Amino acid sequence: MNEQVTGALISRLTAMADDELLLGHRDSEWTGHGPLLEEDIALANLAQDEIGHAVLWYGVRSQLDGSDPDSLAFGRAPQGFLSCGFVELPRGDWAFTLLRQFLFDTYEAEALARLAGSAHAPLAEAADKARREELFHLRHTGLWVKRLGLGTDESRRRSLAALEELWPLYAGLVAPLPGDQLLMDANVLRDWASLSGAVIDRARTALAAAELDPGHDPDPAPAERDVVREHRRELLATMQEVARQDPEAVAW
Amino acid sequence: MVTLSGGRPRARAEAIGGEAATLLPRVWTALKAVKDPEIPVIDVVELGVVRSVTLLAGSTGPLVEVTITPTFSACPALREIERAVGEAVRVIGVEVSVKTVLSPPWTTDDMTDEVRAKLREFGIAPPGRHDGLIEIALDAPVRCPRCDHPDTRLRNAFGSTLCREIRTCAGCGETFERFKPL
Repeated sequence: MNEQVTGALISRLTAMADDELLLGHRDSEWTGHGPLLEEDIALANLAQDEIGHAVLWYGVRSQLDGSDPDSLAFGRAPQGFLSCGFVELPRGDWAFTLLRQFLFDTYEAEALARLAGSAHAPLAEAADKARREELFHLRHTGLWVKRLGLGTDESRRRSLAALEELWPLYAGLVAPLPGDQLLMDANVLRDWASLSGAVIDRARTALAAAELDPGHDPDPAPAERDVVREHRRELLATMQEVARQDPEAVAW
Repeated sequence: MVTLSGGRPRARAEAIGGEAATLLPRVWTALKAVKDPEIPVIDVVELGVVRSVTLLAGSTGPLVEVTITPTFSACPALREIERAVGEAVRVIGVEVSVKTVLSPPWTTDDMTDEVRAKLREFGIAPPGRHDGLIEIALDAPVRCPRCDHPDTRLRNAFGSTLCREIRTCAGCGETFERFKPL
């Protein structure tokens, strides 16, 4: 890989890792507050998986530039993150959290299947590992979206409100990064041009089964991952708070 | 799987081949003493977490490289397993390095039949063999590990660890965990 391709791959890995980390953190905010003990545990599992997958992507990046995953997660300033607005929004209510997680799982199912064919072996291996685990997510969150969409008037009202807020930002999650074309040319990303359409179609089909209609496709907007939004700032201030108090700590 | 690494300049297998015959079985025996921190009746060898043991030449003598792989990538026990594996080999007086790989990914099909029996004995329903068809194995009937009743229901797709789900038995009424097919 030449320097440009490596740089593009570092950005791609960082964006994916940051999305997983921030979403995992938002999910983890429910720990101890879930509506049922079983669901509290389930969401904590999902959060742990997403944070674990963030570690996978930071790890692949680390092999390219020697960066330290812990420092990237806990020592980086908000302006250095490449997360998208979709994962940064506060956790909202239960319908919002489960619908967001479901939409993210749908995106991951399509993205990971493609990444597993990457010409960059460490990326392909990490994607193949993560994709097996994501199966459990999609089954769980898909059921919840149905349960809430077809449930009571109140659960349906909340599901539609969540969809209205999330759907326009969904395009930002799946939008290509400026360096993706270089990675596609180098086969580091394969079949990537079809990703966004495939994700939206798949999500629409599942939402239809829950009688949730998102309306028109989200406008294909740039991801704006280099913009520091207030929610990112607030999330990181909380997540990094302990690490900042003792940056030299070797154990917690 | 036991491999002897040749090819690397500092690891000429033929030069230390004689030692390998006695050393490697001792290393495997030592590794069998390392238990899965989350299921203490199962060791990391029969679980399939130890992928290979390779004899290399270290700076002062033989160096053993143990390759392990995580069950779930976010498994919080991984660092502890890495540490315990290194420690187990070090105490028999052998220099060791522990390497973690993701490929080929671990699957529950890597578990031996003995492991499945031990899991059942421990109160965890073992995963069925799936040959890659994980969703079919996930939805297949699960027998209660306590009373062997065939009618058990999924109560929560997630349990006390990433690898388990929670079920209840229609026969004895007990709640139990199943190791999920992966």
